[in-house]
Amino acid sequence: MPDFSILTENFDIYLHGFRNTILASVIALLGSFAIGTVIAVFRITPIRPLRWAGAMYVEFIRNIPLLLVVFVFFYGLPSLGITLSGFVCGTLGLMIYTASFIAEAIRAGIMSVPKGQLEAAQASGLTYVQAMRYVVLPQAIKIVIPPLSNQSLNLIKNSSILGVFAGLDLMYFGDQIASRTYVTFDTYIFVALFYLVLTLPLSYMARQLERKLAKSG
Amino acid sequence: MDFAGALSPDNLRFILEGFYVTLKVAFISIVLSFVLGCLVGTIRYAKIPILAPVLGVIVEILRNLPLLLIIFFTRFALPDIGIKLDVVTSAIVALTLFEGAIISEIVRSGLNSVNKGQIEASRSSGLGYTQTLWHIVMPQGLRRMVPPLVSQFIALLKDTSLAVVISLPELMNHSKIVIAQSYDFVIPVLMVVALLYFSVNYALSLIARRLEAKFV
Repeated sequence: MPDFSILTENFDIYLHGFRNTILASVIALLGSFAIGTVIAVFRITPIRPLRWAGAMYVEFIRNIPLLLVVFVFFYGLPSLGITLSGFVCGTLGLMIYTASFIAEAIRAGIMSVPKGQLEAAQASGLTYVQAMRYVVLPQAIKIVIPPLSNQSLNLIKNSSILGVFAGLDLMYFGDQIASRTYVTFDTYIFVALFYLVLTLPLSYMARQLERKLAKSG
Repeated sequence: MDFAGALSPDNLRFILEGFYVTLKVAFISIVLSFVLGCLVGTIRYAKIPILAPVLGVIVEILRNLPLLLIIFFTRFALPDIGIKLDVVTSAIVALTLFEGAIISEIVRSGLNSVNKGQIEASRSSGLGYTQTLWHIVMPQGLRRMVPPLVSQFIALLKDTSLAVVISLPELMNHSKIVIAQSYDFVIPVLMVVALLYFSVNYALSLIARRLEAKFV
């Protein structure tokens, strides 16, 4: 049985970290959706240099560790004279890293809609944007949602990277509590519970949504 | 930026030594998590009483925790209950548990994707349950698992970098030490480190794509 006094005595600290974990996740998620969508559009445009740039971004970022991306902000920028906090570096790193996965998911979703759909829509008088908006995207969304919810969950878990850079998140404060109380085991059990409070309901909801979308065919 | 200084023979050798540890830990963890994942995934697919639901809860918890926390846990929390692991072992144990949980889900959904009619046909032609699993379900399910498995192995290789928090002497740890020598070394070193990770993972992802085209 874990020592609950660890939780009650440090509840404010846990909560502070928990709040920052949510904050970093939400900011990074919004940012990575925005960047990811732009990159996905780059990758399907007829303009070759944009396609090339989009592919470079996705292939490069997807194949290096998140930690390295954050290193670039945390150690690389100061060497050029720009210093940002651990929270900002971690959140930016998460954003840049997750955007590559989101771009790939969105692109795969759009590509999965048969080309004939776009051609038929345009032949019946819709413009390219209208055809995308009313015909292609509604169909692509169904295919895109499961991988996107998966990536969102990964992002929340990955936000623990902030702890490596004194980013004031749940992981960081958990570490602080552990090194002050010496009750490492119980401290981390409570950190785990805070993460699970966030991730378990979301992963349950993601699964339900996936099932519903699969049924609606 | 000082490329020549940052990548002096001594520094370069030190960085490559780190890369060797990264590859070694990743390889051992890939093998172990694959074995564990297959075992757990099959037990859950076959719905073995007691074992399957208990493993289901454990998998669900591990999957939904940050790997970083699990790494901290195996290194710093387990000694509290009398289990002391060295740095390399705790990194491997943490990676194996976390990635094993994810791989078990890949295995389970791969097995589930095999048409139920196949199983019924096999059973009515006189094969036992284990025979059906081994000769009919596994070969078909395994083919479909290959692409997501390779992606997961790439993720594992990248995830070994997180063991920097327990000072595993891997690539990120060694690059951090070289970076600390001078501001001018930071960007050259990070570029080389990125190149090392990228080349191995990109090669793996090309293999994944080739297999995907072949199997799916």
